[in-house]
Amino acid sequence: MIADFGFGVIVMTFLLALFSVGTAVYGALAKSYRGAESARRAMLLTFPLITISAFTLIYLLATSHYELKYVYSVTSNSMPMYLKITALWGGQAGSLLFWSWLMSAFASAVTLRKWERDREFLPWVIVVSSVTLAFFLALTIFFENPFARWWQTASGEVAAMFRPAGATLLTPSDGMGLNPLLRHPGMIIHPPMLYLGFVSFVIPYAFAIAALVTGRTDDRWIRLTRRWTLVAWLFLSLGLVLGARWAYDVLGWGGYWGWDPVEIAAFMPWLTGTAFLHSVMIQEKRGMLKQWNMLLIILTYDLVIFGTFLTRSGVLSSVHAFAQSAIGPLFFAFIGLTLISSVSLLVYRWNDLKAEVEMKSMLSREALFLLNNLLFMGVLIVCFWGVIFPLISELVTNQKVTVGPPFYERATAPLFGALMLLMGVAPLSAWGHSTFKTLGRAVWKPALVAALVGIGIFAAGIHNVVALIGFGLVALVILVTLYEFWRGGMARHRTTGENFFLALWRLAGRNRRRYGGYLIHISMVLMAIGILGMQVFQTETQGTIPQGGSLALAGYTVKFDSVAQFDSAGGRNVTRAVVSVYKGDQYLGDLHPRRDYFYESGQPMTLPGVRSTLADDLYVILVDWQPISAIGATFKVYHNPLVNWLWIGSLVFIFGTLAAAWPEKDVES
Amino acid sequence: MSENVNNAIRPPKHPVPLWAQILVWVGLLGLLAVLALALKRSQQGVVRVGDTVKDFTLTAFGDDQHPDGQQIRLSDLHGKVVVINFWASWCKPCEQEAPDLEAAWRSYQSGGEVVFLGVDYVDTEPEARSYIAKFDITYPNGPDLGTRISQAFNRQMGVPETYIVDRQGKLRYIQIGPFQSVAEIQAIINPLLVEK
Amino acid sequence: MQLATFNLQLERSMKRNFLFILIIPLLTLGLAQTVRAQQPTPSDDEVNAIARQLYCPVCENTPLDVCPTQACAQWRDLIRKMLAEGKSAEEIRQYFVENYGERVLSEPPRTGLNWLVYILPPVAFLAGAYILYRAFRSWRALDKQLAVKEGSAAPPAEDEYVARLEDELLKRN
Repeated sequence: MIADFGFGVIVMTFLLALFSVGTAVYGALAKSYRGAESARRAMLLTFPLITISAFTLIYLLATSHYELKYVYSVTSNSMPMYLKITALWGGQAGSLLFWSWLMSAFASAVTLRKWERDREFLPWVIVVSSVTLAFFLALTIFFENPFARWWQTASGEVAAMFRPAGATLLTPSDGMGLNPLLRHPGMIIHPPMLYLGFVSFVIPYAFAIAALVTGRTDDRWIRLTRRWTLVAWLFLSLGLVLGARWAYDVLGWGGYWGWDPVEIAAFMPWLTGTAFLHSVMIQEKRGMLKQWNMLLIILTYDLVIFGTFLTRSGVLSSVHAFAQSAIGPLFFAFIGLTLISSVSLLVYRWNDLKAEVEMKSMLSREALFLLNNLLFMGVLIVCFWGVIFPLISELVTNQKVTVGPPFYERATAPLFGALMLLMGVAPLSAWGHSTFKTLGRAVWKPALVAALVGIGIFAAGIHNVVALIGFGLVALVILVTLYEFWRGGMARHRTTGENFFLALWRLAGRNRRRYGGYLIHISMVLMAIGILGMQVFQTETQGTIPQGGSLALAGYTVKFDSVAQFDSAGGRNVTRAVVSVYKGDQYLGDLHPRRDYFYESGQPMTLPGVRSTLADDLYVILVDWQPISAIGATFKVYHNPLVNWLWIGSLVFIFGTLAAAWPEKDVES
Repeated sequence: MSENVNNAIRPPKHPVPLWAQILVWVGLLGLLAVLALALKRSQQGVVRVGDTVKDFTLTAFGDDQHPDGQQIRLSDLHGKVVVINFWASWCKPCEQEAPDLEAAWRSYQSGGEVVFLGVDYVDTEPEARSYIAKFDITYPNGPDLGTRISQAFNRQMGVPETYIVDRQGKLRYIQIGPFQSVAEIQAIINPLLVEK
Repeated sequence: MQLATFNLQLERSMKRNFLFILIIPLLTLGLAQTVRAQQPTPSDDEVNAIARQLYCPVCENTPLDVCPTQACAQWRDLIRKMLAEGKSAEEIRQYFVENYGERVLSEPPRTGLNWLVYILPPVAFLAGAYILYRAFRSWRALDKQLAVKEGSAAPPAEDEYVARLEDELLKRN
């Protein structure tokens, strides 16, 4: 009954979204205010409706209505309440509904703003948002319906919304439960963050399409969506970092990024999104690159849809991917439709996007921004090709191939290095005019210090070329960025007489985007420190030791003290070892690596014992190659130098993005 | 907003050059084609009841009679009911059904109308041989080299899975997971035996 | 009486034989241990060094050294066995490819169509760089025309703060 209600509301929402598209198009073409208003109201109405439906599903999850196939597949009696609720996005059908919910929320938020100055954009923004919303709702209604129930028929069990002839309702007494690997705090926020990022990128895209259709190809659409883009970028970045953190904490392979196709599918819109963030600044400052910016946002939106398609359609098999589903063809049709229509629009409006001012110098800031874009596109091509190629190879040669980390690391390392170099040089270049001399004059001092840092590291015994160059570049970026803070603060301090720090604060407050951006750059190189540490210096060892025995790695000694086995809440059997960590003779503490075995799914989960410091992590996991007991247990020990800088960097970039996006007091948008 | 330094000279307006348009559209359509084909393949990967099963050759594990392994072609078995069982030595549920499968085989062996084939999915030979010996399996078993055979049945193959093919070479029954009893197996095969 | 003694003697000799029979296998075992000691079992680290470069043929995109399934455990044992036999890393990799397909390698082998995966990204990047270069050139040429018309280009802003002030004033208009 309740499930029927939830489904009915979704159907209503879908019809409303379609209605919204129709009236918006009518309103735009017939220049009818009524039409546009009607479309706007319809769009606003979708949000409370979807909210009702989503809450219905949450209720059904919380009260364990296992006759619903979705509830059965993602919850079970042994799961605590908070997990049952967050299982809303634990499976394909629920997460699609969640996607629609977010889409409706953001579209409503956009339609709620004041539209007086940009009346002509409104209908088209609604069209794009509603079409996207309708698409995801269609997926939910026709293919992945979370409200479908189990029925017992003559030929077996079948899941359907409405009762098939001669079937009876099945009510299992327990559900399958969420994959234990997903029952972790990191995994709970990681999908919503990613979806927030994906969905928020739809808004700038909608405005871009509106600009193309209405011919208002100046940078008005960029100014209107500037904050959306930043926020979308923030969520997407956070989603990626949270995924990395979860992998590090729970998956037990001592790493955080495996270059898995689904990871890359989420990474690709981030790449174009970052390129877009930079190049829109050129359009705002110098009126250039309009065509390129349109292309970038179209690419970002289509990569979002494409990434979602890859993850969910079963085309790619991956540890991340959802189970095979019938939504592939509809997704494919939607991708085709959006790609073709956006590109056609762009080609149609190509001439209207010509720049008003052209570039003066190859070392000017806009030129360097363009270089930045080229590098990001380079990484994008590596990623995209690496993901698509196995599909092509399988079609042509019938052989499956794996494109894995060695390929990606080798190809992207120099590109990322060049990007770091740019982060160190570009803040010193000027808009419009910059020559070798002016740039050189600004850069040589920090470059010298950075080189000294490199020499210092070399002298300290590290001879790895990648590390030397990498850390040198990190130093360069930090020096240059701090210098920019200092220079700006000093300038204001001199002119206003304020205390330096107050001057800096006020200055940053008035130039949030710039100084927020600098902070984000610093955060990126902090993360680079962590990445370099792991890539270049990670070591590992594995061995079976008896109780009292020990393993040695990187100057640490890990001694096996004891092991215990017991049942724990949440339907699992826990094998928990206690190891003590020594550096030389100094006792550093105990770690508790453990293996959980979940009874109902038969799935194991490895939780490491980790000792974290700024300098490194000592990461110990229990391995089950041999049976684990006091007689002998197998441990794998990873030494992960500098890895925590990755997480520190991510905290800084949250702060930096918030600073950059914080609304300014002056009237801007 | 944007500076208008000089109105007199404007950059000449070109539409998108032809070579660029062609490149973009070819690239786009090519990508869509690849995705469409990949999608079709992933959907097709599951062979459905009623489809004609694609022919394959199973190279059985070598024994005294056939040291290099007997080559068994599915098409050679046309006219008989064929039971194709995918298993692996590391698969616990497979052990559950192994005695039942062997017992069912023995019940049909004398009639000569039913053939049982065991396809060892992504396994190692020594362990596979121990498994065969443990359950005293007498019907032919062979490794699925390069996973080529299983790919034709189910791209997301799990074990155990059993595919029962009728005398005409059409797939008539798919069993995902282990059989529960000999009777269950016989109940599926017997109707197929009656058919021509 | 004779029979009993005979039996006793028989028993003793049987016992002796029995002990003898026991000792032989023990001896051989002991010998075998010394023989085996000359070829130590490869350590977990050695197995991992190779397993890390291979991917699990069944689970998707999971390297063999961390894959938790029993199938992977068997494969790791296989690697250990092959290492003990003295096989090289390359030979072990080859064996896996023959048995389970090219997908076990962490990147496509550089044969045939697979060259495309390595060549296309650098080519595309260079093409992009070239396009950018050409665009720069045409812009510079255009700008030179503009400069000639104008007479002089705007002087570079020396003081950042002043420039920013100007920018902000511009924005507010």
